[in-house]
Amino acid sequence: MVMRNADDWLALLHQVPDPEIPVLNVVEMGIVRNVEVVQNCVEVKITPTYMGCPAMDAIADDIRAQLTPLASEEGRALKVELVYAPAWTTDWLSEAAKDKLEAYGIAPPGKTTDKRALSGETPTVRCPKCKSETTELVSLFGSTACKAHYRCNDCSEPFDHFKCI
Amino acid sequence: MNARFEYLLRLGDDALILGQQLGLWTGHGPVLEEDIALTNIGLDQIGQARAWLTLAGRAENDQRDEDALAFHRDQSEFRNAQLCERPNGHFGDTIVRQFLFDAYAVPLHAALSQCNDAEIAAIARKSAKESVYHLRHSSAWMVRLGDGTEESHAKVQESLDVLLPFAGDLFHSDAVARTAATEGWGVDPANLREAWEHHLVQTLTEAGLKRPEPAPEQCGGRIGRHTEGLSFLLAEMQVLPRTYPDAKW
Repeated sequence: MVMRNADDWLALLHQVPDPEIPVLNVVEMGIVRNVEVVQNCVEVKITPTYMGCPAMDAIADDIRAQLTPLASEEGRALKVELVYAPAWTTDWLSEAAKDKLEAYGIAPPGKTTDKRALSGETPTVRCPKCKSETTELVSLFGSTACKAHYRCNDCSEPFDHFKCI
Repeated sequence: MNARFEYLLRLGDDALILGQQLGLWTGHGPVLEEDIALTNIGLDQIGQARAWLTLAGRAENDQRDEDALAFHRDQSEFRNAQLCERPNGHFGDTIVRQFLFDAYAVPLHAALSQCNDAEIAAIARKSAKESVYHLRHSSAWMVRLGDGTEESHAKVQESLDVLLPFAGDLFHSDAVARTAATEGWGVDPANLREAWEHHLVQTLTEAGLKRPEPAPEQCGGRIGRHTEGLSFLLAEMQVLPRTYPDAKW
């Protein structure tokens, strides 16, 4: 039997969707921070988007459910560990992931240098439906901890914006 | 006394009690957006509390985990600032309480991010991003209510008059705080007062609110002296795990 290496396990993690934003998987979300095979154990380190993100337990369970049987085949255990450092940032979302978010109806976070959401300035947010940049902030807090709520002034679409942190 | 345990309890209990209070707004917010905002902030606080209390448990040699610390301590064992246990009251009361706390949490998390303990710094760096966002929200509402209608102004001014003295606990310095600062893994909260004052004055000016006359500050939360509100809060928060200690859900 060919034993899987860390890259193989990482590839398998691409098949675990984010429970709140199922168009992205947990690797694309930047939640998976490290995968290592240490002796007889596959160790997966995950980090929360927000400290109180209620999906973290579900994510850890999903990873275990999907990978534990495969690890068992190799006689290995699977360990999922929660880490806080380095702190999650929207910089870890790839351009491809951002495109997927927009197609799904969530305005993706801006470019890496755009941390204006933190400093109090209002960033330019493009409507995921009609692509207009004439949009307004409805509320700093949206349907999940990682999103804010916006409205398009052109097509009237209400939408979520992935906060840039 | 185990200074590290005590210090981490203070951080964890502030976040836990405030988070529990904010959770009580679920379904009661003045508008849907604020219902979601307050409960989202509450969720962040609970998340931070879990991390701090887990570390606290380790600091007393793994005797208790986060759940044991949250659900199986009595009122006198809680170390949160009295400000955090003040009742939710009306929306203005909750906003003022949150504003006074957020303006403290921002410099606190910034300072702890630089401390010499990797675990504490990691949680602080993560929390710092959240507290900045919370402060932006609560400051905006201070201005909106203070500079709003006659009624909103009067209400939020009264909330401020009542709640400001309770901020005293946040900056209370004692042997635990000084040990944390001297050994470099924590900060002496007295040193955070200046940054807090600065933001307070700036926001009150913008909001057209008057700073109340100096009044004796309420202290004691850090040594387990609490107001009546905390016992009701704990009764509700702890009833299930205390009644069914091995319950799983």
